[in-house]
Amino acid sequence: MAIEVELRHIEKAYGSFRASDDVSLTVERGRLVGLLGPSGGGKTTILRLIAGLESPDAGDIFLGGQRMNGVAPGKRGIGFVFQDYALFRHMTVRENIAFGLKIQKVPIGEQEKRVSALIDLIGLTGLGDRYPLQLSGGQRQRVAFARALAPSPRLLLLDEPFAAIDAKVRKELRGWLRQTIHRLGITSIFVTHDQDEAVEVADDIIIMQHGHVEQAGTPLAIYQSPRTPFVADFVGTSVHVPDYTVFKGFGDGRGASGGEGIIRPEFLEIGADAAEMRLPLASEDGIVRGVYFRGDCLQVDVEVKGQLLRGRRSLEKRPLHEGDVAKVFIHRIYTFADGGTRILENAAKREEPVVI
Amino acid sequence: MRKEKDIGSWLLIALAALFLLILLVLPLVLVVHEALARGIRVYLAAISDPFAIKALLLTLMATVIAVALNTLFGLASAWLLTKYDFHGKALIGALIDLPFAISPVVAGLFFVVLFGRMSPLFPLLREAHVQVLFAVPAVVLATVFVTFPFITRELVPVMESRGRSEEEAAATLGASGWQTFWHVTLPNIRWALLYGVILAAARAMGEFGAVSVVSGHIRGRTNTLPLHIEILYNEYNFTAAFAVASLLVVMAVVLLAARNAVEWQAKRGMHHGD
Repeated sequence: MAIEVELRHIEKAYGSFRASDDVSLTVERGRLVGLLGPSGGGKTTILRLIAGLESPDAGDIFLGGQRMNGVAPGKRGIGFVFQDYALFRHMTVRENIAFGLKIQKVPIGEQEKRVSALIDLIGLTGLGDRYPLQLSGGQRQRVAFARALAPSPRLLLLDEPFAAIDAKVRKELRGWLRQTIHRLGITSIFVTHDQDEAVEVADDIIIMQHGHVEQAGTPLAIYQSPRTPFVADFVGTSVHVPDYTVFKGFGDGRGASGGEGIIRPEFLEIGADAAEMRLPLASEDGIVRGVYFRGDCLQVDVEVKGQLLRGRRSLEKRPLHEGDVAKVFIHRIYTFADGGTRILENAAKREEPVVI
Repeated sequence: MRKEKDIGSWLLIALAALFLLILLVLPLVLVVHEALARGIRVYLAAISDPFAIKALLLTLMATVIAVALNTLFGLASAWLLTKYDFHGKALIGALIDLPFAISPVVAGLFFVVLFGRMSPLFPLLREAHVQVLFAVPAVVLATVFVTFPFITRELVPVMESRGRSEEEAAATLGASGWQTFWHVTLPNIRWALLYGVILAAARAMGEFGAVSVVSGHIRGRTNTLPLHIEILYNEYNFTAAFAVASLLVVMAVVLLAARNAVEWQAKRGMHHGD
């Protein structure tokens, strides 16, 4: 696969705040990439650096193999969708979308054709003469998308594209955007702080924190083998335990990490009594501290050896209540040592023949 | 409860109306009344007096030049103050407001010091045969100075609230700085700009203090309308003074009407997403 975007050792500081701290990353042509991380982690800065709206203090930016440092935003072949859309409010939908074509002096007839095609693409047929303030949030977002696409960029950059849209429309728009971008085959990078959004929309995810890249890869790869505690913590809902050696099945596994571990809800099996457990002898006793309805399952917070763990339980099973005694089996725990992840499996599973 | 509030608000409205009547409407009516006190013929003679016409033309010229220069300067400084971050930004903002804070008479004295006989500039100016002080250039300069902040101060809040993202969007779409200004920034600020222009024009026409110090009061050459009125008044030529004053009143009323029209348009535009 050809490389469309490459950043090499990018540094960018605002005063004493280091927004980009030795950032290197690559994006393959045609991929839809999610730049994921907490607010203030430097994601938007990376997007603006790629667009040329900011210039790096050090490092190189390559687009399609060409070094782009110092090249004006309009000459980089990028389209940018701003978080607040930044639509020209004194222009109609048509005029907004046509703006880039007008600047490029595309013949009027061709402009009209392209604008009409884009208006159809974003499902706003018949609304071309409206002003941005007369549109809903989702519609404005689509107009911003069409405006960025109009000059046929080779790279589309989207800054928190769904942040300002209400929950229901957001769901729809995510699916629509993913489909549309894939159909057009345009390389795209979008910024988000919402891991669900990144997992649902992106082909690849780049996780950033404190101005540097923590991990890059497919959502599945990142989910299954987080490289740092931060990634393990940020992707999925996780619980930290200061010393996992207290749990049955993990007593001998203490390594250089000193026993700190991360447990995900799906690593837990929570049963009402021993009869429900596959490996009752290897299970811990716990006390249910909270039960929350999560739509398709129940979230059960259970205290085991003084530590609160979080697990899920099927709605089909016997309901648990706060204060109930429960059985808990821990399948595996993530630990981190020497800059890498280790997955510890429960000793009971290693010793006994697996019964599935 | 509600009734009490009604009485209170009526009282306030009545008070405001009385205040406006005594301080604004009555003097305007009296000016016109005094101007016409000795008949329309005397009135027409007073305002068609060659000195009065010269003063009117000078006032209009100073106003047009001051407003034009300050429009350019206002756009540039508002752009600088809202679209860029740099050290000393607060200081520049404060300096722009200086003409608001300083008495116009003091401003006039600045120019006397700057271009007068004590100034190191004076020999150079004399060499080049340029007369600044007690001539039209000083009148124009003084007018530019006192109307300096109006347009900037109207533009800055609007440009601040709009942010930079529309300009950035234009940049990513390939627009040059000039294209961005012309197609994106200017349409967004046009009402505020026009409003600032009108306020600056009104202020320029009425300026007395600074111009009085630098003009030298030469009839037919460096007298603006307000200075001409003062001279007539000091000569006990009250009817002529009020007649010429009524010219200024008419011009002010026209500008006020324009101001209200602009405000109304701007509000309407907001509802239309314009």
